[in-house]
Amino acid sequence: MATKASRSAARLMMAPAVILLLGWMLVPLTMTLWFSFRRYLPLRGGDQGWTGFDNYVRFVTSSAFWPAVQATLVIVGGVLIITVCLGVLLAILLDQPMWGQGIVRVLVIAPFFVMPTVSALVWKNMFMDPVNGLFAHVWRFFGAEPLSWLSEASMPSIILIVSWQWLPFATLILLTAIQSLDSEQLEAAEMDGAPKLKQFWFIILPHLSRAITIVILIQTIFLLSIFAEIFVTTGGAFGTRTLTYLIFQRVLESQNVGLGSAGGVYAIILANIVALFLMRIVGKNLDN
Amino acid sequence: MARTVTARRKAINTAIAWTIGLLIFFPILWTILTSFKTEAEAIASPPSFLFFDWTLENYAVVQERSNYMRFLWNSVIIAVGSTILGIIIAVPAAWSMAFVPSKRTKDILLWMLSTKMLPAVGVLYPIYLIFIRMGILDSRAGLVVVLMLINLPIIVWMLYTYFKEIPGEILEAARMDGATLKSEILYVLTPMAIPGIASTVLLNIILAWNEAFWTLNLTAANAAPLTAFIASYSSPEGLFYAKLSAASTMAIAPILILGWFSQKQLVRGLTFGAVK
Amino acid sequence: MGRITLDKVTKSFGDVEVIPPLDLTIEDGEFTVFVGPSGCGKSTLLRLIAGLEDITSGQIRIDGNDATSVPPARRGLAMVFQSYALYPHMSVRKNIAFPLRMAKLDQAEIDRRVEGAASVLNLADYIDRKPGQLSGGQRQRVAIGRAIVREPAAFLFDEPLSNLDAALRVGMRLEISELHKRLETTMIYVTHDQVEAMTMADKIVVLRAGHIEQVGSPLELYRTPRNLFVAGFIGSPRMNLISGPEAEKHGCHTLGIRPEHIEVSAEGGPWSGVVGVSEHLGSDTFFHIHDTGLDETITVRADGEVGFSHGDRVSLTPREDVMHRFGADGLRMA
Repeated sequence: MATKASRSAARLMMAPAVILLLGWMLVPLTMTLWFSFRRYLPLRGGDQGWTGFDNYVRFVTSSAFWPAVQATLVIVGGVLIITVCLGVLLAILLDQPMWGQGIVRVLVIAPFFVMPTVSALVWKNMFMDPVNGLFAHVWRFFGAEPLSWLSEASMPSIILIVSWQWLPFATLILLTAIQSLDSEQLEAAEMDGAPKLKQFWFIILPHLSRAITIVILIQTIFLLSIFAEIFVTTGGAFGTRTLTYLIFQRVLESQNVGLGSAGGVYAIILANIVALFLMRIVGKNLDN
Repeated sequence: MARTVTARRKAINTAIAWTIGLLIFFPILWTILTSFKTEAEAIASPPSFLFFDWTLENYAVVQERSNYMRFLWNSVIIAVGSTILGIIIAVPAAWSMAFVPSKRTKDILLWMLSTKMLPAVGVLYPIYLIFIRMGILDSRAGLVVVLMLINLPIIVWMLYTYFKEIPGEILEAARMDGATLKSEILYVLTPMAIPGIASTVLLNIILAWNEAFWTLNLTAANAAPLTAFIASYSSPEGLFYAKLSAASTMAIAPILILGWFSQKQLVRGLTFGAVK
Repeated sequence: MGRITLDKVTKSFGDVEVIPPLDLTIEDGEFTVFVGPSGCGKSTLLRLIAGLEDITSGQIRIDGNDATSVPPARRGLAMVFQSYALYPHMSVRKNIAFPLRMAKLDQAEIDRRVEGAASVLNLADYIDRKPGQLSGGQRQRVAIGRAIVREPAAFLFDEPLSNLDAALRVGMRLEISELHKRLETTMIYVTHDQVEAMTMADKIVVLRAGHIEQVGSPLELYRTPRNLFVAGFIGSPRMNLISGPEAEKHGCHTLGIRPEHIEVSAEGGPWSGVVGVSEHLGSDTFFHIHDTGLDETITVRADGEVGFSHGDRVSLTPREDVMHRFGADGLRMA
């Protein structure tokens, strides 16, 4: 609560941020919507007028669409399962008493700070290269035939790279959540005779449920739009073309802006559905 | 107080945790090590781990060949510039929302957050077109603005959660003491919020530094930052492991160090205060 | 000078009216205490006077000048907050100097006044420390120091002692009273503690739900509470309020009698009952008497040496001359 004077000052001081973000949201969004209803090929005749929902229909019915949706879901789903499961285990491990806890935490968190282009390149060349990569050395050491990872096992490879990047994030947030658990709760459970596994199942996991939800939602938003990892490694080949990458190709590579924009609208709708859930959770958090 | 843990338990924990920690860190460690090898050693089979002739040659070559310093400079300007610009715009907004909340404050905050979730690819072409029209394609100024805009919601949110922890009574005391709005923000709020502002700055420099969609798509030669510098090594002619490693190390080192400092704040920033 | 007049002041938050039209005058140099249960609007009233909240309608005058739309900084009032609201990043000296710096006084004058305040409040020993290094009582002194250097027209205190422990609270109570005697400046003091109100005030304003229930000196309020609320609120332990046949016998709807005005004896009084819990304070003993045939437990204050114990049957004699009679509307009957 405050006075009229401070309220009007507040409105004034909020204005730049609000106006900028409003512009940032509305202008490109309107343009994307506009393009999505037009036949627009910048290099082949430019803007050729209205086409109604043609682009939307073509985008969905193109042979690349469903594989792209599938690739997106597999990558997002795979990475989520791996990061959340390993994240919970790792968070519990890091919460145990040990020597050098701080250093271990620094080691575990490091991949999150590596820029996506670097991590993709390092994995692609130094680990997954079928001739000189470290995996190839290891495989040969055990007498196995090295794989050409990014073409023969393209999806698991991408999932591995992306999981490596996001595991630190999940771990860090889950660790923070575990540390906020009131130790008296665990002590009470111990007094009540609950063994360790039951303590984990009935106390730690429910306590983490909110943090897990947040990890899932935030990662989903970022994972839906992963770009650099695919751009650098496979370039969308070998079944790794996600929805984001498909749209990128339509717009920049095949220069079909109308079609790409229709795809963009689909992506925006998809992201908003996820965002809606995140908003609910974050919004609830604002109340207390 | 907690009970004493047996040394054996602790030793086992330590062993497991260190093994996993090193495993996760290994790709980075391996990259750093390889950057000090010669090209021949880098692809030697079996690879040597520590016992090779350490050399700095790769770093010199990378700088010479692709002008690392220029990319680095671009990265620094884009990351720092967009963050500072963002802070300047966000501090007054966060002050308003934290200390003069209205019925709509929550909605505005959530709406700001929702702009962050706009998939970049959905608006790539419009932004591309606007950039061409305004003649800011491949310019640092253009990227500073775009990265400021995509990170502005996070900056506002982080500052908001930090400001919320400052008791409003202190600002009221300043008002009673005769401070104008400007003095109130400059002499009372900002000094008290320095730790929060600092971690916001850190996290946003990291995010801007690593941003790879807009930086790859909106730059060519002039304004390309390190993300593009590294991407240029994905082409076959750039395939020299030791040099790739040196370039990678140079690209990630500054931010890795910064990141380790701000890991605690990272949680709050990236979860918008929903996990503390 | 510091004469503060509230003229038909109201305050609403949205549709909720927290202060219905209210008139009040605080005379220059007076120590006025706003007291009432939590949520009664006493802090809001103080913040309206401070200018930290806008009033919805009405007028606030300070020394005769309309201050209704004057921002807090220019009302010439100083405030001590419940949390002290010290600036944590500034030393004690800088904290105290802050209002003077904002007023753009020259450095020599600032130093002079800070030294003055420091010696009045015995702050000299920790003047260069940060608030985080101080105890609660020391912080309280710094907050007061920051208020007095401004030489304000009036001081506003918002529950300043509620964060201190009991012993310190008594000490600070005396210090603030002492300060008032010395400065002779208007002080408005908000508290929910009726002991603070009784011991410090020249004038007490009892508030409930934004309404002024009664204004008067501590003894006026004690002797002639205007209604049941004030009767129950002022005085500790609280007044016994008896309704039913016994009240009708005295020609009223509710009969009030303070614990100290009932005599307890083995036999002979008009009322009788069984001793429940006795609270021994040493100097006094409070007996809670059950089964009196009246409609509630009666609290009686007796000398510390009176020795009844749990379960004893006792007789009670109220002093007829200090009984309070209240009508069905809750108001005091003449």
